[in-house]
Amino acid sequence: MHIVICIKQVPDSAQIRVHPVTNTIMRQGVPTIINPYDLFALEEALRLRDAHGGEVTVLTMGPPMAEDALRKALTYGADRAVLLTDRCFAGSDTLATSFALSRAIVRIGETFGAPDIVFAGKQTIDGDTAQVGPGIAKRLGLLQFTYVAKIDSIDVDAREITVKRRSEGGTQMLKSRLPCLVTMLEGTNEIRRGSLDDAMRAARSQIVKWSAAEAGIDDLNKCGLRGSPTVVKRVFAPTTRAEKATQIDMTDKTQHDLADELIASIFTRQPALEHELAFDGGQ
Amino acid sequence: MSNANREAPPSAGRAGIKRELPEHFRDYRHVWVFIELERGEVHPVSFELLGEGRKLADKLGIQLAGIVLGPPGEATQHAIAEAFAYGADLVYLVEAPLLADYRNEPFTKAMTDLVNTHKPEILLLGATTLGRDLAGSVATTLLTGLTADCTELDVVDGSLAATRPTFGGSLLCTIYTLNYRPQMATVRPRVMAMPPRTDKPVGRVIRHKLSMTEEEIITKVLGFNLDRQSAKANLAYADIVVAGGLGLGSAENLQLVKNLARAIGAEYGCSRPLVQKGWMPADRQVGQTGKTIRPKLYIAAGISGAIQHRVGVEGADLIVAINTDPNAPIFDFAHLGIVTDAIRFLPALTEAFTRRLSPHSHDKLAS
Repeated sequence: MHIVICIKQVPDSAQIRVHPVTNTIMRQGVPTIINPYDLFALEEALRLRDAHGGEVTVLTMGPPMAEDALRKALTYGADRAVLLTDRCFAGSDTLATSFALSRAIVRIGETFGAPDIVFAGKQTIDGDTAQVGPGIAKRLGLLQFTYVAKIDSIDVDAREITVKRRSEGGTQMLKSRLPCLVTMLEGTNEIRRGSLDDAMRAARSQIVKWSAAEAGIDDLNKCGLRGSPTVVKRVFAPTTRAEKATQIDMTDKTQHDLADELIASIFTRQPALEHELAFDGGQ
Repeated sequence: MSNANREAPPSAGRAGIKRELPEHFRDYRHVWVFIELERGEVHPVSFELLGEGRKLADKLGIQLAGIVLGPPGEATQHAIAEAFAYGADLVYLVEAPLLADYRNEPFTKAMTDLVNTHKPEILLLGATTLGRDLAGSVATTLLTGLTADCTELDVVDGSLAATRPTFGGSLLCTIYTLNYRPQMATVRPRVMAMPPRTDKPVGRVIRHKLSMTEEEIITKVLGFNLDRQSAKANLAYADIVVAGGLGLGSAENLQLVKNLARAIGAEYGCSRPLVQKGWMPADRQVGQTGKTIRPKLYIAAGISGAIQHRVGVEGADLIVAINTDPNAPIFDFAHLGIVTDAIRFLPALTEAFTRRLSPHSHDKLAS
């Protein structure tokens, strides 16, 4: 089977700082990583390939430096990497991104064989929208399963798939057909340590690089800022509350005194709480 | 595809120039809120959105409609009645047996058909697993803008101004969909306040047929496993929440948070780094990228207070912060602060609460 997995290179959010005066993101020196949610999808793709045979193609759209993320994915054992990179994609919102990625997937299909499954992470840690996966599915006319906790079975010959999908109060079990798009829930597996062989292969591998034209994208009005119905008008830091927290004075107090004093302060500010706690607490 | 005529003319790509709404979108009117009905229950985020939708509709001088998609029966009738009780002026209803369980195919079909027929200006959905699954498909089918996880909705110059955290919650941005309709947005549960409920008679219900049969739907539902009660962390809607952060130093020390939570009948949670370390499951994460909470009392122990955490807890009536670092950002938005080591303080606080609340609960705690 042929599996395509879409990943994104993101700044390591733990190290993002905002410039105190200009309110812009200070990107310099911030290391980039593969979006952590994508690793669960990548591992699932690799497991399916190991079990059923076939190939895993990793796809990303981004600046030339996104090649690093693809190479990393190859070290985990992906078979092939495709970088979709072109200035015309700059400023893409989720609709324009899903357009470009879906066209690249069509081209991947023409070049390397039609995918049976397209994977994506649940969402990214920089955008957090969870919209690109469903967008790709809709554009390619694929069946869509988001928040998948487990792929129970796949029958490549019968073109069948059964999945467990997270829903608000439980887990939905669905049976459907290939090809489809799956976004994996976090924590569903653990990304493997790549083998030494994979690391050496990744270092040598030729990454497939496509411009918009090479990916078969000719309608540039659907790309980048022009293809994005949403417009970001203002980026700003949240306003800080005028007053800081009232600090409980620590001087000469034991932890028990402090605890009593804190509780007294809580109940002074929220008198109704004491009553509610007396009835509901300690269960 | 029937959406070919929906495409707006190519725009210049600059916000200032994208102001002219194409002719065929000018008759798009009214604010719609998707009433999320799943397994017989309406998700409360739908009512929170009706509260927000009411404000937007009033500002624009237009109507607020609830969108109910469900199977024939009592639950759907109840959802309709609740939509009116929480402020809807009218309800659009697609009622069909094959809408009994959520599946992307029929729900996307029902929603996009409704939009193309009745043309809303604004469409709001809850950012739940269902709402996000549906919103992405609907927006892509309609080729319109969708802004996820908004924390503030407003009307500016007649357009929806949707504000959301960006860059992992370090900054906020305001996003517009200027020349496409509808303007779509999702909002996480608990981000908006619950509006008051008033008993009102059921008003105008406009029915729409679902032009799809079960045979046309490829995906079949095999079953549904309800979460075990113990695993059902109802963090988002809890009245009291205690959460721990990296300041606790180890996964074992999270027990101190759980002990306090149990003593005062609270839900417990943690900050994002603890989930990333695998100390707690993701459904216990408090913050913008986890659960947004609006409890009466929130106790944050050993949490520094990154912006993405702050955005998720700011709706709490009273925030108490315990942290060794007097300069931790959490003290900028907490109401009460104690500069001390949470590992030592939490047991003392648990004991003091227990003593104060009930002289008999020592026995219960020991059991």
